Amino acid sequence: MMRTQRPGRVELLTAIGLVLVPLILPYLGSAPNTVNRILVWGLFGIGFDILFGYTGLLSFGQSALYGTGGFVAAYLLTRAGFPYVWLALIIGMVAAAVVGYLVGLIALRRTGIYFAMITVAIAEVFYFVEFNPLSEWTGGENGLPGVPTPSLYLGFTTIHFTSGWSLYPFLAACYFIGIVVALRIVRSPVGAIFRAIRENPLRAAAVGHNIHAYKLAAFVIAAAYAGLAGGLLGVLQAFMPPEAFTFDTSGQLVIQTAIGGRGTLFGPLLGAAVWLFLQDFLQATLGLGAAWKLVLGLVFVLLVVFLRHGIIGGFVDLYRFVKRRKAPVEPREAAPSPGVADEQAAHAVAAKTAHAQPARRLHHAASDYTGPILQATGLTKHYGGVIANADIDFTVNAGELRGIIGPNGAGKSTFFKMLTCEVPPTSGKIVFEGRDITGMSVTDVCQLGLTKSYQVNQLFNRLTVRENVVIAALAELRGKFKLDMLGSVASIPGLDEQVSSTLALVNLTRRRDTPVSELAYGEKRRLEVGLALASSPALLLLDEPLAGMSPVERGETVKLLKSIAQGRTMIIIDHDMDALFELAERVTVLQEGRVLVEGTPDEIKRNAKVQEAYLGGVHGVIDVDEALA
Amino acid sequence: MISWSNFVSQLFNGLALGALLALISSGLTIIYGTLGVLNLAHGAMFMLGGYAGYVAYEASGSFIVAVIAGTLFLGIVGVLMERVVIRHFYSRPHEDQLLVTFGLAIVYVEGVRFIFSSLSKTVPPPPLFTGITSLGFMVYPTYRLAVVGIVAVALLALFLVLYRTRLGMIVRAGIEDSVMVDSLGINVDRVFMVVFGIGAMAAGFAGIVNAPVVSLTPDVGEAILVQTFVVVVIGGVGSFTGAVLGGLIAGEIISITSMFNPGYAYVMLFAAMTLVLLVRPQGLLGTRGRE
Repeated sequence: MMRTQRPGRVELLTAIGLVLVPLILPYLGSAPNTVNRILVWGLFGIGFDILFGYTGLLSFGQSALYGTGGFVAAYLLTRAGFPYVWLALIIGMVAAAVVGYLVGLIALRRTGIYFAMITVAIAEVFYFVEFNPLSEWTGGENGLPGVPTPSLYLGFTTIHFTSGWSLYPFLAACYFIGIVVALRIVRSPVGAIFRAIRENPLRAAAVGHNIHAYKLAAFVIAAAYAGLAGGLLGVLQAFMPPEAFTFDTSGQLVIQTAIGGRGTLFGPLLGAAVWLFLQDFLQATLGLGAAWKLVLGLVFVLLVVFLRHGIIGGFVDLYRFVKRRKAPVEPREAAPSPGVADEQAAHAVAAKTAHAQPARRLHHAASDYTGPILQATGLTKHYGGVIANADIDFTVNAGELRGIIGPNGAGKSTFFKMLTCEVPPTSGKIVFEGRDITGMSVTDVCQLGLTKSYQVNQLFNRLTVRENVVIAALAELRGKFKLDMLGSVASIPGLDEQVSSTLALVNLTRRRDTPVSELAYGEKRRLEVGLALASSPALLLLDEPLAGMSPVERGETVKLLKSIAQGRTMIIIDHDMDALFELAERVTVLQEGRVLVEGTPDEIKRNAKVQEAYLGGVHGVIDVDEALA
Repeated sequence: MISWSNFVSQLFNGLALGALLALISSGLTIIYGTLGVLNLAHGAMFMLGGYAGYVAYEASGSFIVAVIAGTLFLGIVGVLMERVVIRHFYSRPHEDQLLVTFGLAIVYVEGVRFIFSSLSKTVPPPPLFTGITSLGFMVYPTYRLAVVGIVAVALLALFLVLYRTRLGMIVRAGIEDSVMVDSLGINVDRVFMVVFGIGAMAAGFAGIVNAPVVSLTPDVGEAILVQTFVVVVIGGVGSFTGAVLGGLIAGEIISITSMFNPGYAYVMLFAAMTLVLLVRPQGLLGTRGRE
């Protein structure tokens, strides 16, 4: 929703909001100190939202970085007698980022719940270190009192930001800069990849992104925001409290972000406002005393149960609901009608791009390379005692379209997984374009120009069709890791062209702005192929592209595969023999993990061993076409 | 400064703490392994067990009654929690499960604080185990020795349930592949409920058994939860034996480091966890790919 708005609009609205707050809120009786604390929590939360809401990494240990930034800044300003508040805050932020990098190296060794557990444990260590070994520097349980407030020298006068509403402009300016930077990050290619990691980390790695490096980047960004916010906490309270390091700090941040709405950047600010105003209200107005937290805990549980995407998410859903009721007649043109005109147009584009491809060719030189593009020798894979693949020799020439068939359990998918380096072979060697790729990562292999479409769709479900293809194309155009955090996706040269041509090729141009979750199965299947295509592979593996399709969809997809095959080398696994015999120039038959036979479709059809493998011990001549139909 | 008997007594402390951690962690790890839910309220449930036992003790004056009441109460809390809330989260992302159990933890802790205030409560050890025992070369609080025995019995019981009963076999199969267990015609839904109940009972039992050692406050579960995480990371998720081994290792690390400087206990614990993550990311007895 935010992405479709005009550039600068969110920033402008934020600025207006921040200016209006001190003009309105005092009349509503809110204490300036509460508003200032909300801003600090909101700023802390921006970075956390990039980590959790956008990248999908739920850390329960942000207190470690908040405290680090806070205590470094406070130490400089109190004990070390460092005079520049601004500079101290920035040094605190950098210190937190550096610590975040080191913590991230350890915590990101695992994902999911492990990541959450490890961050909790690490934060606990920081808490104890602050209290004990480092208490000489941090003041231990007394914290660091006497943190000065900043001032701004304008040449003719000096503005002192002291406390209350006088400090507000300073904190608001920090928040504003924070949100502007965060909006740029979120709209940059790096932001797009963060979302891809949240939706499907395996596929994000398979299309050629170094997801570990990106996760670490998200962690460091969150650490920097936490560090700055920690420093501001000291300034705000004129005292750096040791409580900054407690688990409660991390917990409150998580709660506020979830209440406000994750993946929105503004959610943490809203959540902090709800949490702190309710706290004031329950404690002071209702006189609940210590029970306020019990009430807020219950509110939080109910929110998580019933309002999955927080308050902002709830409003977005409500808005969509109302919009839909107002306009019950959906514009049907967006529907997946494979109309004649549509199809013709798509094919025209497809034909054009197919011809344009060799001229445009990026770093994956396809037709320069003659001879075997892929050579596997002695490829073997054992799973415990189970032999999935045994001693497979397999060669594919550049420009060839190879089919692979075999009964269920023949080891076809394992074979593909080894070729794309998703699983390492037990023994054997894989050479791609003359380079030994055995033991490389799936990301590196994709960067070299070898990728596959999956048997079971691996898409980025909450992103639109176009965004999905953008993710794959970015890996090809930007390499596996690049920190262009402040640039925009639109400014990547050649991206639009590549995305449009890929969408046209898989006939999804009209569905470009539809979220994947709303696509029909056949469309998802085509997008699955599109993701692989968008990285312009020199060698494309397709694992059962026709699986689960209706006869009509099969016909269309075979046509699609034929147009894709121009100027590419492809290997296709499928159970649809008619389609495969029609498409492939040569066919390899796998049985029980071994190559049974290899030859032209006609040779395979007439081969007695193949007939036996499929029909089990039936001797004599059988028309396989009929038998398998 | 550090005498031989001091060292041995710290080893015993480590053993007692380790046994407790092992019991709590096995509850956490079988719940996670079977249901796929990391229960952030597990520490709070440990605390609840202590308070339930405290209430029963105040009413009856019997430690045995307190242990039984604390354990059963947590069994009920666990089953209710699974039926009312957790059940609806199986199909939701891990993050949502973490959020909701974290929220429940706050509700439990603050609920107890609301009723009992933040002041600490004590449950005296049973008369049989009061005082100190002479071990020849040193004296040691009798109840702490008893804790090791009591928890060992509880762990053995849990082991027998997991490895010698039909239910245990289903649970262990569920840890490997719950979808397959479901399709074999076993009512996984009910098994999930029972497993959550058992896991909660393990935490509750540990909570009341620990109550005479460390006085009760509403926050007593928080530190335990963090230690439990380290235990599970070291031992390997979904592994009962891993939880026991990890628990003992963590208990000894905390105790022995505390002898020199308590401030470094967590640092050492964390160093051990990091070492395991670097050398064997799936945990000492964990299986690769079980996440």
